[in-house]
Amino acid sequence: MTTVISVENLSKKYVIPRQQKERSANLREVLTLGAKRIANQFRNIEESDPYHEIFWALKDVSFDIQQGDRVGIIGRNGAGKSTLLKILSRITEPASGRIKISGRVSSLLEVGTGFHPELTGRENVFLNGAILGMSKAEIKRKFDEIVAFAEVDQFLDTPVKRYSSGMYVRLAFSVAAHLEPEILIVDEVLAVGDAQFQRKCMGKMESVGNEGRTILFVSHNTASVKTLCSKGIVLNKGEMSYYGEIESAVNHYHGQVNMNKNQISWDVDDIDTPGNDNISMKSVSVMPVKGTVIDIDSGIEITTEFINKKANRSLDLTLKLFTIDGICLFATGIVLSSNEDSKIGCYSTRVEIPAHLLNSGIYKFTLIFGESQKYVIYKAEDIISFEVEHTTTGRGSNMNRAPGVMRPSLDWTFECKETDK
Amino acid sequence: MTQQQILVIEAGKTEKHYWRDLWRYRELFFFLAWRNLLVRYKQTVLGIVWAVIRPIATMVVFTVIFGKLAKLPSDGVPYPILIFSALLPWQLFASAFGGTGESLVANAGMISKVYFPRLIIPASAVIVSFVDFLISALILVGLMIWYGYSPSLRMFALPLFILVTFAASLGAGLWIAALNVKYRDFRIIAPFLLQLGLYASPVGFSSNIVPEEWRLLYSINPMVGVIDGFRWAILGGDTQLYWPGFLLSLALVMIIFIGGIVYFRKMEKTFADVI
Repeated sequence: MTTVISVENLSKKYVIPRQQKERSANLREVLTLGAKRIANQFRNIEESDPYHEIFWALKDVSFDIQQGDRVGIIGRNGAGKSTLLKILSRITEPASGRIKISGRVSSLLEVGTGFHPELTGRENVFLNGAILGMSKAEIKRKFDEIVAFAEVDQFLDTPVKRYSSGMYVRLAFSVAAHLEPEILIVDEVLAVGDAQFQRKCMGKMESVGNEGRTILFVSHNTASVKTLCSKGIVLNKGEMSYYGEIESAVNHYHGQVNMNKNQISWDVDDIDTPGNDNISMKSVSVMPVKGTVIDIDSGIEITTEFINKKANRSLDLTLKLFTIDGICLFATGIVLSSNEDSKIGCYSTRVEIPAHLLNSGIYKFTLIFGESQKYVIYKAEDIISFEVEHTTTGRGSNMNRAPGVMRPSLDWTFECKETDK
Repeated sequence: MTQQQILVIEAGKTEKHYWRDLWRYRELFFFLAWRNLLVRYKQTVLGIVWAVIRPIATMVVFTVIFGKLAKLPSDGVPYPILIFSALLPWQLFASAFGGTGESLVANAGMISKVYFPRLIIPASAVIVSFVDFLISALILVGLMIWYGYSPSLRMFALPLFILVTFAASLGAGLWIAALNVKYRDFRIIAPFLLQLGLYASPVGFSSNIVPEEWRLLYSINPMVGVIDGFRWAILGGDTQLYWPGFLLSLALVMIIFIGGIVYFRKMEKTFADVI
């Protein structure tokens, strides 16, 4: 086994504007502050600059990847996954550290990069191929195969702006799928397109892996990472917290999602408290409605408490329920104020998921706070996870776990007409 | 792939393989230039005819205003030809400068998702302008035949002046393009500069009407040298080139061009982060 990618002490920082606590009231203050800021910029002050803070998107990340490995990179939003891919694909430079890559790399951070809506399918295949690093001869050779894979032969000479979004994505992915790199870097691009085509793409990617190529794959969807990858890297707040076999990496990642703590509360003044200028979380709890254990029969009561920091707006809350592998089951929500009359203070909400809806398994949810049911003002991602235990009581159940994410209790009827003898 | 390529990524070390990469990505350059050409007149009724209408309309207006109404001297050359010989480099400059200046922001999606030497984008934007230029050049040939005006051997120096125009527009365009990534103010400044430049440069009139003692100062506008060079090459005959001014313009063009590349290269590393 030869090492094809070796990453040593990789770091990347971004300088972001600091949010001002107090608003300057008069023009003169604004002007003097502005002048100070400009002066500081000229003097290149970074550390002591009160208006900017340094955000480390990646901190001291080191790992080696062997030829033929299929490595999944998992982590929550903002953990540094995309930054890592961008550095590996040379789109942006690291702040420090060193990467050595041996072999031809193709990176696919988006499908259809550079697609021009006015150009025809045929023209875009050539353009996109060139952008992804294929030579003209290579594209010509693979052209028929690309078109066949995308199933758009009929519309080759139609501008892609007239394509359905499915056709567009199929064509775009098809070009990318025909790259022949030794190392393939893929961001979460499979989340697009219809299910059938997704499977086809997964198949194509897997065959790429079997040919001894190295793949780096980023996804939120741990289910697809598990099927595709053999190893996993877990990133957490810019640092690598685990690197190893995919199963244990996924388990490690799930452990980060406040596992099996059915109730969490936060201190308002704590810096780690989830929240922003609009919302600050206070507590979340998941409890059985009946009994002491959450199981298929118990029903689930979810309560949240949060502090709304801005008055006079139309506030709403959406709860999005996922399996632990990231498959969304449903979203449900409540309008907390509809006539721009939200109050500053502590809101608490309660919702019940009825019994016999969820199957046994581990679930997590995300809370999305919105304004006027249009804008997201805060998103508490993967805030808590909980387990629904299996029961053997109740109608239609048997000893084993039934397949599927849901296990509704439905009313069946039947009749039987006996054949006349 | 038979030989193993080894790539090392380190902070501040992209320099080494930059120019080699630029060569390796030459096909992308051609593809982008080809795309820009294809897209240019898509979904227009008149299509490429626009490349003919615009210079002719400008010439007619300038001939009427500067030649007929203001009665400016034309050094014995038919006024439309005097104007068109200057319009040629000016339009090449204006459209190439405008195109390169906008090019990075217009291709932001590509910049944040794919690696390639960024210099390819502004460089490919210039090609479209060159095609318009060639069409305009045909119109000039037609005009010269119409007026029975025969060119001289100086015509052969023209490619040299075209290169200077390219250097001026790409150089200035690179500055604007790179600044535009961070400060979108330059989206507003660039068209404004062009608008002023059209009147500050000797497009509608011959630069001979500028008093002798001011000519050198006037040549601080690099387009003065470029336009004078074009007129000198196309009109032939008695047209003289004011050498001190021309050389000054040429030197400034070189400074802008090289400075533009250096600045662009310096800022390039941060494009994906700030665009």
